[in-house]
Amino acid sequence: MYRMTTRTRVGTAAAIGVLVLVPAGLALPVVASRVGLQARLFILTMLTLAQLGRLRAGDGGLGSGGQQAFVGIGAYAMFAGVILLGWNPVWAILLGGLAGLALAVPTAFFAFRLQGAYFAIGTWVIAEVTRLLIAQWKTLGGGTGTSLPREATRDILGTETIAALFGVRDAAARDILAYWLALLLVVAVTGGIYWLLRSRLGLALAAVRDNPEAARSVGVGTGRLKWAVFLIAAAATGLTGALVFLQTARISPDAAFAVIDWTAYVIFIVVIGGIGTIEGPILGVLVFFALRSALADYGSWYLMTLGLIAIAVMLFAPKGLWGLISSRSGLHLFPVRRLLTGPKIEGGT
Amino acid sequence: MIWIDTLMQGILLGGLYALFAAGLSLVFGIMRLVNLAHGDLIVFAAYVVLMGVTLLGLSPWIAALAAMPLMFAFGWLLQTTVLNRVLGRDVLPPLLVTFGLSVVLQNGLLEAFSADSRRIPTGLLEGASIDLGLVTVGVMPLLTFASAIVAIVALNGLFYHTALGRAFRATSDDAVTAGLMGIEPKRIFAAATGIAMVVVTIAALYLGMRSNFDPSIGPARLIYAFEAVIIGGLGSLWGTLAGGIVIGVAQTVGAAVNPEWQILSGHLAFLVLMLLKPRGLFPRAVD
Repeated sequence: MYRMTTRTRVGTAAAIGVLVLVPAGLALPVVASRVGLQARLFILTMLTLAQLGRLRAGDGGLGSGGQQAFVGIGAYAMFAGVILLGWNPVWAILLGGLAGLALAVPTAFFAFRLQGAYFAIGTWVIAEVTRLLIAQWKTLGGGTGTSLPREATRDILGTETIAALFGVRDAAARDILAYWLALLLVVAVTGGIYWLLRSRLGLALAAVRDNPEAARSVGVGTGRLKWAVFLIAAAATGLTGALVFLQTARISPDAAFAVIDWTAYVIFIVVIGGIGTIEGPILGVLVFFALRSALADYGSWYLMTLGLIAIAVMLFAPKGLWGLISSRSGLHLFPVRRLLTGPKIEGGT
Repeated sequence: MIWIDTLMQGILLGGLYALFAAGLSLVFGIMRLVNLAHGDLIVFAAYVVLMGVTLLGLSPWIAALAAMPLMFAFGWLLQTTVLNRVLGRDVLPPLLVTFGLSVVLQNGLLEAFSADSRRIPTGLLEGASIDLGLVTVGVMPLLTFASAIVAIVALNGLFYHTALGRAFRATSDDAVTAGLMGIEPKRIFAAATGIAMVVVTIAALYLGMRSNFDPSIGPARLIYAFEAVIIGGLGSLWGTLAGGIVIGVAQTVGAAVNPEWQILSGHLAFLVLMLLKPRGLFPRAVD
């Protein structure tokens, strides 16, 4: 008679909206300029990183430091695959995911013994160690970095077809390919997280985060789930890193392991948009990009504004802009709450 | 011989790291607040001292002395207006806010002072050294180490022999119960951050006199400081000094083997110690 569901009318409408938006996004290269496409690629990769960041911090309760370790190692693994093994860059991206996973195992062994702030600092130190070790790797350019060899960037899988299809040059075709892959990745990551949050596992994660003792007392284990979240997030972060540096075709330890780009921006996006929802990072990345476009010419003022906004949001709207909107309007585009449906109970409200 | 020399340099460098870390250790021990802007606050204080030297023509020591009350007031205001509002059971909000503060400070300093490296002029002191028989050590590193010890003795005196110190320890152990006994935790926190900023000013003085600094170097100092605090154990200032020495010695030994390994070996020493002793060498407070 009574049923538990997470389905709402708004949620269904949003799902239909996504089903329309994704094909539209796929077709975008037909009309968009190269600069516009690069901007969208940037938005998509930042959104992927932000969703992964919130998965680790908000749902996994795993803090948020050290994300740059996985971006950097993923990017370097892709370059190693192309330069040392002669792989096609597209396949070498998968190597980036594997490298993220491989780094996550020792990191998790080490960092899961630490709590709260210790965890954040511990993972940050691991990211620094990884960066310093990679900078010793002379075949990949050491501290100054290296570029993808021209013959490798010329015949990336599929770019020839794309170039012929759209009538563009190789470099533009590479942008289109990277954009499509980024779109694929962001849909997969966001969809995956949404699925997880609606599943029993997501409920268990929320229970563990809100009250570990109470969760354990009703039989919800914590260990394995945290491991899974950490490893999957790391692998996906590695893939994203590889993809970003496929498009730039140039890498250096400072760029690949940049704290500002891969951790600070991601934290700001998640904080401004709102932690703990799917919509938050999406809204956050849009605000972030709007600010970036408006203030790009002012250099350090831009970062300062971003920092001040993040502080203000933490002080006055700790659930972020989306939290503000959804608590005022009751709107949930991607509902994860369990609702009881069925006949109205007598005397109830 | 060269190894004794390296070891000595490492121990003295540890004094500098202990100074970086003492303020962090104080704040972390009392309110479990991880101040990710700590390194940038040191750099900020270094610019304040530098301004005193270049604009007002003060000697660095007087300039630092004059900066202390300013920094205390800054710390007090920071705690009462911002940090007290985000302290709670969840460690994430204070982390995020201080991270935002770190970015704001870095870019504010960049805008105000440009990316050029600066140094607090010290005159003759800079190159002076003392022959201790077995090894020769620089006067400046020796002064740094001595200041670290004086700062720790003074902080411990405050902690264990004054009413404010008793309030600090009570709040650290159990803020709610301390509140029942008539202690206002938020005022205690503000005083603690103010005092931490005074220690930060001392650290900034030596940072600025010993090496070049620019707006971007804060986060690296934060990592060294944090490693020292964690190695030492929560709430123990002598532990923080020991932690600083561990990092300092690991860095100089690493640099002696290969100059590129300096920073790396400090981090590796931290990771190894974390695996062996997750709560640090001399933990006092319970996290």
